[in-house]
Amino acid sequence: MCAAGIPSVGAFRFCSVNMDSSRRARPETGFVQGMPISSSRRIIRSLVRPLEARSAVYITAAAAALLLAGCNAPTFGAYRGATTQGHATFKLWQGSVIAALAVGALVLGLIMWAVFRYRKTSDEIPKQTQYHLPLEIAYTVIPLIIVAVLFYFTVVTENQVDALPPHPAAVVKITAFQWGWRFHYLGHHVVVEGNDVTGNVPELVLPVGQTVRVILVSNDVVHGFYVAAFDFSRYALPGVTNRFDLTVRHAGTYPGRCTQFCGLYHTEMLFTVKAVTPQQFQAWLISKAGDTRVRNTVTTGSHNATASGVGQAHLPRTKTSAGAVSVQPARVRKAA
Amino acid sequence: MTQAVLERPPGRGDLPSDVHHDEGPSGILKWLTSTDHKVIGKSYLITSFIFFVIGGAMALVIRAQLSSPNNALVSQHQYNELFTMHGSIMLLLFAGPFAFAGFANYFVPLQVGAPDMAFPRLNALSYWLFLSGGLIMISGFLTTGGAADFGWVAYAPLSNATNSPGAGADMWIIALILTGFSAIFTGVNIVTTVFYLRAPGMTMFRVPIFTWNMLVVAILILIAFPVLTSALVMLFADRHFGTHIFEVQGGGVPVLWQHLFWFFGHPEVYIIALPYFGMVTDIIPVFSRKPLFGYKGMIFATMAIAALSTGVWAHHMFTTGVVLLPFFSLMSYLIAVPTGIKFFNWIATMWRGQIRFTASMLFCIGFLLTFLVGGLTGVLLASPPIDFATHDTYFVVAHFHSVVMALVMAGVGAIFYWYPKITNRMLNETLGKATFWFMFIGANVTFMPQYLLGLRGMPRRIATYPASSGFATLNLVSSAGAMLIAISALLLLWNFWISWRKPVPAGDNPWDAHTLEWATTSPPPHHNFNSLPPIRSERPVWDANHPEAALTSHGASLKSAGGDAL
Repeated sequence: MCAAGIPSVGAFRFCSVNMDSSRRARPETGFVQGMPISSSRRIIRSLVRPLEARSAVYITAAAAALLLAGCNAPTFGAYRGATTQGHATFKLWQGSVIAALAVGALVLGLIMWAVFRYRKTSDEIPKQTQYHLPLEIAYTVIPLIIVAVLFYFTVVTENQVDALPPHPAAVVKITAFQWGWRFHYLGHHVVVEGNDVTGNVPELVLPVGQTVRVILVSNDVVHGFYVAAFDFSRYALPGVTNRFDLTVRHAGTYPGRCTQFCGLYHTEMLFTVKAVTPQQFQAWLISKAGDTRVRNTVTTGSHNATASGVGQAHLPRTKTSAGAVSVQPARVRKAA
Repeated sequence: MTQAVLERPPGRGDLPSDVHHDEGPSGILKWLTSTDHKVIGKSYLITSFIFFVIGGAMALVIRAQLSSPNNALVSQHQYNELFTMHGSIMLLLFAGPFAFAGFANYFVPLQVGAPDMAFPRLNALSYWLFLSGGLIMISGFLTTGGAADFGWVAYAPLSNATNSPGAGADMWIIALILTGFSAIFTGVNIVTTVFYLRAPGMTMFRVPIFTWNMLVVAILILIAFPVLTSALVMLFADRHFGTHIFEVQGGGVPVLWQHLFWFFGHPEVYIIALPYFGMVTDIIPVFSRKPLFGYKGMIFATMAIAALSTGVWAHHMFTTGVVLLPFFSLMSYLIAVPTGIKFFNWIATMWRGQIRFTASMLFCIGFLLTFLVGGLTGVLLASPPIDFATHDTYFVVAHFHSVVMALVMAGVGAIFYWYPKITNRMLNETLGKATFWFMFIGANVTFMPQYLLGLRGMPRRIATYPASSGFATLNLVSSAGAMLIAISALLLLWNFWISWRKPVPAGDNPWDAHTLEWATTSPPPHHNFNSLPPIRSERPVWDANHPEAALTSHGASLKSAGGDAL
């Protein structure tokens, strides 16, 4: 019965290696459809067959079939990870969910079996068994092995996601503030800044296939930089500088937002990621570096105040605080 | 009429009148001045249940607001107040006190054969601190700025005087300091009671699992709550006395708040969960007519969970970038092992039993199934990369609501199980089973869609979402599920009403239960026991009623009922 943990270990490795080759072509089929018919019959049979030992074997077999089926298709609801870092997370997610479903199916099967098989049929007092040491050791050791395997893959993936190789193609300093974002392309003197409260969602332009280093800071309270399609988020903490890399795999537009609750207009703290080819990215940088004009003209204050992170355009909905940038219009301009 | 129905047959439980020592005041004055653990326990149960209803009503407003895109039922500010107070009330005024102060106050002394808690007056002080703290917290809604609106985690510097001015926030802080002291005093009381007031023969390894879990919880309270209380004092000092403990501007460290809060907050998760695990562990054997499988393993699993829980706080901070990911990840993963042991012990207890599907047992099975989902998604979240992808999304919201709804089911199961002991009245079983199905289906309809919403990118604590986000359908389903949970709560209240108007007498031991509280009358007399049965195993009442059915273990021959059961 507990042997179901063992195949999950092998199949887990199998999944995480093979997932990459077939990821783009296939449609996202549902979990049950992706499974061979014979194995789903086997599950049903295993739940109704009265012989316990045999049903345990069937549950194990069904769990193994589920694991293999899992390698073919499902995303289990998650994004596939539009960055190489996020895709590593996605593969870990697939493997972990398969392991969780296998364990879950086993435990669910055992609970349902106990509930249906052992409902009260007579007044006879059942055998008062209290201990079975080999069994207790088994269900202590097997979960230990399962979590050890999960932990191994977690550390491997975590090192990929958090890796900071030298010489990134570009460095963007992202400043989060109540309730907007500023993207400063270091070395290019390009600053994009915006705030959805005024209806201007700032756009983070990134090159496809190149690694961009992000330096993430906060001006006021704790914020969360989050792009759902990247399977990634990181806090912007006041007093802390966080660094991470994004290597976008596919061109496109990806919505992003603040995930850490940050006050009154947290709901509206949005941004967009636009991934373009490296050539388009360079062209965009050059065009913006020369552009000193303010887009979406709304009153602006002094430019050097922006560079030091102090806001200027206090619109009617602002909530001011010391050192905090308040509601500002989106703009692209050359930094001081 | 009531009296006639409730009258017990003479004999057991009837005392000569001179044994009673409760000739003090009666009525409301008795309630106000009582130091009886049963009166205080009932006060805690009723008070925290009222907070549960209030917090649940807030949840319904939240679900109504989120049921359709671009909804404006409440303003963003009101929404922020609602989810802050919903979380604070449910976790700190309901889930914890209902179990570790309500049921524990009532049943820990009974289960160990004690006449009262070790420090009855401290116990009364605990209750009054709790009540005043709770009232102060919800009165925040009456202030001009409204109640606290920085989330129940109150992350600095959002919770400072600049970002969150107003009396509502201060009242939230003061309320938590008061309820924090209340919890600490209760913890002191439980530890002392379990260590020093056990009846003769009640060795530690004969103490029922509910009381064992309460002992471990009380120790966790003593570890965790002082940290929260002092962090709150620091926050209050930052807000009013000009200190800069959590302010970058004054050389302070905002992330320190997160460390202190979660050093409390993660043990708090188990302070909330372990009592309900204990209830389920006491109930399942009774309705399976078997001893608890792996009694000692269960105790060591509880201890392991408690020990690990003090070393996993930073898994709430994986995305801060300032914590050692592998350490906290490994510790979080490891908690799955003792939790798994508990699961298999519960299943093995039912295995080859004679299971009676009372409402109480149904709720325990509902707990197992719902907690299975919450537990497995918790194992997923122990992985930092997966947490990066899902942190602060509805995936996490769904995960911990699966867990806490499982605990609520365990708690309602415990209400059905112990209500006869507290009141000598039965709750209606048919209505109870309807309550179960509404709650079980409702909980899963509410929170299953939220897993998907989180994976598709819906963050928590947003007041609304645009139609283009694709979140509308799943949110509508989730809100419909919340209505089913609300119906189940109404059915439970209706059940109380029926038992009040048309009482059905319960007797001393309606379930053929195992532990010592069923050896006394329902409700127990003022000092709990007129006489105690011999305590020779962890099931003294079962041993007295079924001397022929003694404990056995795999490969061992039957031991006699009077022999050493260990």
